[in-house]
Amino acid sequence: MSLHGAPSSAELVEAVREWLERDVMSSTEGRLRFHARVAANVLATVERELEVGAEQHTAHGERLASLGVADDAELARSIRDGDLDDRLDEVSAVLRADVDARLRVANPKYRS
Amino acid sequence: MSGADDLSVLLADRLGGATITELSRLSGGASRETWRFRANGIPRIVQRQRAGDERDMSIEARVVAAADSAGVPVPKLIATGTSDDGSAFMVLAAIDGETIARKLQRDSEFSNARAALTGQLGSALAAVHSMPAVNGLETVDPIAYYTEMLDNAIASGTGTPQPMLELVRRWLIEHRPRPVEPVVVHGDFRLGNLIVGVDGLRAVIDWELAHLGDPMEDLGWLCVKAWRFGQRPPVAGLGEYDELFSAYAAAGGGDVDADVVRWWEVLGTWKWAIMCILQASVHLSGATRSHELAAIGRRVCENEHDLFLALEDCW
Repeated sequence: MSLHGAPSSAELVEAVREWLERDVMSSTEGRLRFHARVAANVLATVERELEVGAEQHTAHGERLASLGVADDAELARSIRDGDLDDRLDEVSAVLRADVDARLRVANPKYRS
Repeated sequence: MSGADDLSVLLADRLGGATITELSRLSGGASRETWRFRANGIPRIVQRQRAGDERDMSIEARVVAAADSAGVPVPKLIATGTSDDGSAFMVLAAIDGETIARKLQRDSEFSNARAALTGQLGSALAAVHSMPAVNGLETVDPIAYYTEMLDNAIASGTGTPQPMLELVRRWLIEHRPRPVEPVVVHGDFRLGNLIVGVDGLRAVIDWELAHLGDPMEDLGWLCVKAWRFGQRPPVAGLGEYDELFSAYAAAGGGDVDADVVRWWEVLGTWKWAIMCILQASVHLSGATRSHELAAIGRRVCENEHDLFLALEDCW
């Protein structure tokens, strides 16, 4: 169990998001209301990352290893320099999975 | 930068002693601010640069005047000059209408405008691209320019390495269209930079990114998926490619190669992804602390997704 006990960090973030959605957005208008919505969306992103981020991080590392690169910096450099030109189908499949993982956290409704 | 009182004095001075009333600020970007006011009762807009803005607003003023002469619907240029602190300003006629894309795409009051807009945008772009070169405008290699912006953000620690954007960069380089004789391009031609009334297009505004280049850049940027805001039609979420291309040709813009527009659409999506990184950088660097800017950094993946969709059959 967590050293910090309950609520978990995810539950704390959730509580603030609910307050933004329930109290702040309903009693504000215009620019402030818009910024409250942006804030609630940011917290929802953090909640999703807290939920699936660790698992996604592991899978991302395995995909990078399959291409023989240590991290995104090395992958980016290899693509720019043409070092992976004979494996672009594999590269593309890895990146497709990475983008899907990012979207699942940042904006799961975007995929259409 | 001085405030409203100083601006009011400056405007009165530069507009022949006009009575300045109702001066109110509309927006403040990173490099400029926009104010609305009345001069002797007539509604006007003034835009002025902030200290440190690298762009020269006097060039933009010349572009607006040239666009007007070429038959592009633009706000009339009323005055241009430099204030005492050295920042350039320009005064334009105020034009009533809507600039918010989502309203133009959805609200019932704009249904007639929606039916007319795609054709009007094609005609307006043909007029833009017929303008004679304006002194001070330069050509820009967008791949080189935005690669440098991305590399700088990564080097400064406000951006992270972007393998997907590198893969698309390779595609853009390998499929680059043949060079054409450069013309004046608007550089940011999308619904947010158009004033639209219930009858359709009233004015093309925000010429600060105008430069010399391939005219198809403006058509491609208009069709970038982000500007559709979830609507299906490819042209600004309003119309079909064929309608845009035929209006452009009918107004003298010439035949359009859809593959070239497609390339610029991909370039535009790649560029917008980098612009999202740069927006987040403005927050992360401390220049302007804002959770709104920070949140934009997490929208890069939307553009990455759009790039996969756009290139599905084209790799």
